[in-house]
Amino acid sequence: MSAKPNPPLWLLLELTYRCPLHCVYCSNPLDYTAYGAELATADWLRVLREARALGAAQLGFSGGEPLMRDDLEELAAEAHRLGYYSNLITSGVGLNERRIAALKAAGLDHIQVSFQDSTRELNDFLSSTRTFELKRRVARLVKQYGYPMVLNVVLHRLNIDHVAQILEMALELEADYVELANTQYYGFAYANRAELLPSREQLERAEELTRRFRSRVGERMKIYFVVPDYYANRPKACMNGWGAVFLCITADGVALPCHEARMLPGLQFPSVQSHDLRSIWYDSSAFNHYRGDQWMREPCRSCPEKGKDYGGCRCQAYLITGDAANADPVCDKSPHHARIVQAAEAAQRPQAGEAKPVLLYRDDATSRALRERAVR
Amino acid sequence: MSALAEDAVLEFARHYRFQWEPAQEAYVLLYPEGMVKLSATAGEILKRVDGASSLAAIIAELERAFPGADLRADVTQFLAHARDKGWICVR
Repeated sequence: MSAKPNPPLWLLLELTYRCPLHCVYCSNPLDYTAYGAELATADWLRVLREARALGAAQLGFSGGEPLMRDDLEELAAEAHRLGYYSNLITSGVGLNERRIAALKAAGLDHIQVSFQDSTRELNDFLSSTRTFELKRRVARLVKQYGYPMVLNVVLHRLNIDHVAQILEMALELEADYVELANTQYYGFAYANRAELLPSREQLERAEELTRRFRSRVGERMKIYFVVPDYYANRPKACMNGWGAVFLCITADGVALPCHEARMLPGLQFPSVQSHDLRSIWYDSSAFNHYRGDQWMREPCRSCPEKGKDYGGCRCQAYLITGDAANADPVCDKSPHHARIVQAAEAAQRPQAGEAKPVLLYRDDATSRALRERAVR
Repeated sequence: MSALAEDAVLEFARHYRFQWEPAQEAYVLLYPEGMVKLSATAGEILKRVDGASSLAAIIAELERAFPGADLRADVTQFLAHARDKGWICVR
């Protein structure tokens, strides 16, 4: 590394891996049950102070379900005192009037509520819970308390045809922003990829409906449509580069340059229980490993676009090519690009008459079973 | 893009926060899951948006702080742009 890295600007705290939902595209690691105890309140408070001193300004409380932590209000108050812009990223489960009032008083700035779909049937099927009505109540509570609300819906083969209805629901619930986030294939989503990847036709239809809706409602509700990178020929600038702006702390206190990086073999991600964040961000070998472009191989090394996409996503390179230092195979210059094309081709099968898919749900029993399988 | 009246009193839009960030040596605008790093000029203008001052007062204030410059057109244009971006609004 030559130049000194920029400070972290985005701090994401995955406060807990506990979650009442069991979403089939959860980004938590498959082996989330393997990790140690959650950090204590005092540790989280220290993390908040250290990251703010480094320059972090945007803060996400995530998980699992962050409302499973009963010290969330205390953490939100400290975040506010330190000058963060704080975002609660929640399924809505656990957000009652008492807690939302306390979070407001503590100075929480914004709440993102996830929905799985615009229909009760699919919302509840995808999360393996009965939470649809509850989420609608929570969304109303969020607006009642004067919060800006981002409504987040992860899109995939099973719900992407409902985009128009999802947008109508968001409008009805007075969302300020809607994120139509096509599934990113890591963790449980990767395990369920064959059932979740939409066809190109589905995707194009959803984009067109979104365009039309956007021109109809104008600025009243901002809509972000996150495209699935399996249909791209250049990779996403994942995290704006490794160790460039984003810092994630897992429930058990491990510092990561992205939510998924824990899966990468050969890297020792430091714990906030034994290191301060300044040394983790600037000096640890894990955070320096894929910084800049010295680590790159061909086709990235000589690519004129390497400063734009940073070689794409290390985790996707690892998952699909077996080596995190390879180019992200989404790139059509990658010798492994055919694997992305094959997955996308398989998704072009007709949907009519498709049986209800068999999916892997994110729950403790599944996570433990997967670990045992991996060990054997 | 419509023009801004001289007597328009400007304030930050709901959900937007303007603050100085020492690590970035810049003013920033913070909003749900996002941040805009402002240029020095944009920061100087926006730090005078306080929910009480009119456009005319902001221009006068800037001309006192930076004497000799004719700022009217640039400041008016920038604030109209900031309004169109949804960062600020007319009270």
